[in-house]
Amino acid sequence: MPTGIRDKVAILGMGCSKFGERWESDASDLMVEAFAEGIKDAGIETKQIDAAWLSTAIEEQHVGKSAVPLATALRLPFIPVTRVENFCASGTEAFRGAVYAVASGAADFALALGVEKLKDTGYGGLPQRGRGTLNNQTWPNLSAPGLFAQLGAAYRAKHDVSRDDLKRAMAHISVKSHDNAARNPKAHLRNRITMDTVLNAPLVADPLGLYDCCGVSDGAACAIVTTPEIARSLGKTDLVSVKALQLSVSNGLEAQHNSWDGSYFHTTRVAARRAYQEAAIEKPRDEISLVEVHDCFSVTELVTLEDLQLSGEGGGIADVLNGFYDADGTIPCQIDGGLKCFGHPIGASGLRMIYEMYLQILGRAGERQRKRTPRLGMTHNLGGFPHQNVCSIAIVGRYGD
Amino acid sequence: MAFGILATGAYIPRLRLQRRAIVDANRWFAPGLSSLGKGERAICNWDEDVITMAVEAARDATIGVDRNDIASLYLASTTFPFLDRLNAGVVAEALCLPEALSALDVASTQRCATSALAHALRGTDSSIVVAAEHRRTRAASAIELNAGDGAAAVVVGEGEPLARLVGRAHSTVDFVDHFRTAESEFDYQWEERWIRDAGYMTIVPPVIARCLAEAGLKASDVNHFCMAAMVPRVVNAVGKTAGIADAVIADSLQALCGDTGAAHPLLLLVAALERAKAGERIMVVGFGQGADALLFEVTGAAAAKGRLGCAGHLARRREETNYSKFLAFNDLIEIERGMRSETDKQTPLSSLWRNRDTVTGMIGGQCSVCGTLQFPITRICVNPNCNAMDTQEPHPFSRKTGRVNSFTADRLTYSPDPPACYGMVQFEEGGRWMMDFTDVEADKLEVGMRMRMMFRIKDVDAQRGFRRYFWKAAPAEAAEGSA
Repeated sequence: MPTGIRDKVAILGMGCSKFGERWESDASDLMVEAFAEGIKDAGIETKQIDAAWLSTAIEEQHVGKSAVPLATALRLPFIPVTRVENFCASGTEAFRGAVYAVASGAADFALALGVEKLKDTGYGGLPQRGRGTLNNQTWPNLSAPGLFAQLGAAYRAKHDVSRDDLKRAMAHISVKSHDNAARNPKAHLRNRITMDTVLNAPLVADPLGLYDCCGVSDGAACAIVTTPEIARSLGKTDLVSVKALQLSVSNGLEAQHNSWDGSYFHTTRVAARRAYQEAAIEKPRDEISLVEVHDCFSVTELVTLEDLQLSGEGGGIADVLNGFYDADGTIPCQIDGGLKCFGHPIGASGLRMIYEMYLQILGRAGERQRKRTPRLGMTHNLGGFPHQNVCSIAIVGRYGD
Repeated sequence: MAFGILATGAYIPRLRLQRRAIVDANRWFAPGLSSLGKGERAICNWDEDVITMAVEAARDATIGVDRNDIASLYLASTTFPFLDRLNAGVVAEALCLPEALSALDVASTQRCATSALAHALRGTDSSIVVAAEHRRTRAASAIELNAGDGAAAVVVGEGEPLARLVGRAHSTVDFVDHFRTAESEFDYQWEERWIRDAGYMTIVPPVIARCLAEAGLKASDVNHFCMAAMVPRVVNAVGKTAGIADAVIADSLQALCGDTGAAHPLLLLVAALERAKAGERIMVVGFGQGADALLFEVTGAAAAKGRLGCAGHLARRREETNYSKFLAFNDLIEIERGMRSETDKQTPLSSLWRNRDTVTGMIGGQCSVCGTLQFPITRICVNPNCNAMDTQEPHPFSRKTGRVNSFTADRLTYSPDPPACYGMVQFEEGGRWMMDFTDVEADKLEVGMRMRMMFRIKDVDAQRGFRRYFWKAAPAEAAEGSA
């Protein structure tokens, strides 16, 4: 039984660019913008970084392959730099690489930086990715909303939920995220919206309407990690440490075996179970103070909250509508606006979520700061599709708690 | 045991464009077409062509037939999608016919189907003759109104035949009533009165006479006369000259599906066999640079249960009144397809070859350890309690029905006919796949709906002119028993 990552690594500094339609910026500009904030926060110099990880998913739209773009943009001094890609979980994967490097003793200071420059495609929404030569011959010409919408159908069938009730809960999720982002200067979409706006929006893929889908944004985020001992030696007293980092990847079961009913994320349930064990969390609903989930679509957020055991199975709709996950609720979900409104530059998203947890735990989240300082923050990324995906979970918290 | 026609099948696309819609849209330019505005014509869905229609007709014809017994496949058409790639080869792979098969594409004349059938009937082996046509026509032309898309299939061999050949005759002359070349997109046709008088009336009656003479029969012995002609009333005129009464002239299907070109004589034969009684005689005539006449005697043997045939496919229909959709499906207008349609659809041919059983044959696997069915076949069993390696035996999925587990009508992704409907189809005996749906209406989809597999165009690679095929799920209820 591995001992896990809990409290072995501390976050020394973090940075995050403004997310949005950054017409004026290349990916390299966004990388530097996030890094400038992160390195200043860390209080070290670039040359002290021992190893770095770059996460980016749709590299053909911006920087191209390999880790060279990061090394070049930051003028990293010929250190080991690795590029990772694991769908929308890429950002958390870069973080995992850096954290494991420090935990192994191979690096004192490691950098994880995620970036995505999506607004050079010429059209709205996510660009279509290559799917592999055989998949191109047998998969539908599918889109993310088309597949995530199917969660809605399966969830409704399983829990006997009317379309109206599901739509209302989904609408509440989107309204809440817009409210939260209005208090976040770095967020992409900062306008408030109403339930009516969401419910009356044109359909993208039933039951998902326009406002059930997250924004497609440009942006970058980064973390610099080290050991708690080194962090202390640098004079840091208030430390945020990593409590758990888990990843679960579909092995074809959901896509090919009839044991999965389509109403939940198999990977998320597995990753959550392992993460709680690694972080020694027994009652997540009582112990987690804040959560950022992969709200690529409102229905994803709803289902994920159950898969993370924060709501009971079939209980997500009631919790959402009762405000349990609102900014002033018991466990705020997407207090920074989430993918929905902070934005979703794919490779950066996991790191952006951890960035928000880091700020909230240190009491640095400005206008949107939780009054009762959060103790444990959980982030969740889901890359791919409900029937075939990559799920990453990170739990961070105050070191020593 | 006797040699003859053992089974028949047909396929007529579900969409039926109302001729009134064509006439109304074009009246400003061609008011003379108004008289042709009655009834409906079958039109291919965007994902149908000669190959996909041929596969469906052949599947219909081979219900209850052991496909391993088929030694030859003839595919007849003048509108093959590929000029240099055996179109019949795709059909053979989709039908999982044995590899030792002899296969031919028969083309270049409106009588290619009757010629192929005549050739098959010369042999002693089992063969399947399939004809399909998907004609491109100019907007506001008479042929646009008269033509229809469709396919028919006939299995020939030793067994308990539905009908036996009792007479045959052929003629070949270079009579050019119309033509289409490799360079021309559309038919170019000469004057109808000349085609009637110098063509049909001159060429066909002697061939009929020779055919009857060979059989030792008289014109009055023919109970069903199956002949197609685009020129109005010419079939009756030919019949009159040959001594065949109006009463036995088979309905042209003009009102219900239109003239399916090279496939039409075969389709009329299939339709006639569906209503003929034991002892009756059916004559089928194909015309084009000469003529073929084939005379059959009906035995009265019963057709296979579950086939849809011509009548069943005519009944499986959906009215379409949108002429612009027809033009777009056939690339007759340039519509703005959006940037999402620009995604490269290149098919690596080496990958297609390696995976042909999966992609073209829809062959999955069955684990010999735990029995789990799975699609596609893989090296390691997907059952989480098994995961055995190299235990899967090939298992065909194309004849299975499945149920919709989840679905969507996607308005974001590119589809030639939005919204793109697709979802998880779960096969009743095991196995599942996230797959495209076809021949469905978005508002009719529901979880639990029963679906059958249909062979369709998956993507068109406009950049290279290639098209790839795969199986899609279509509602099973409209096609009970089809396999």
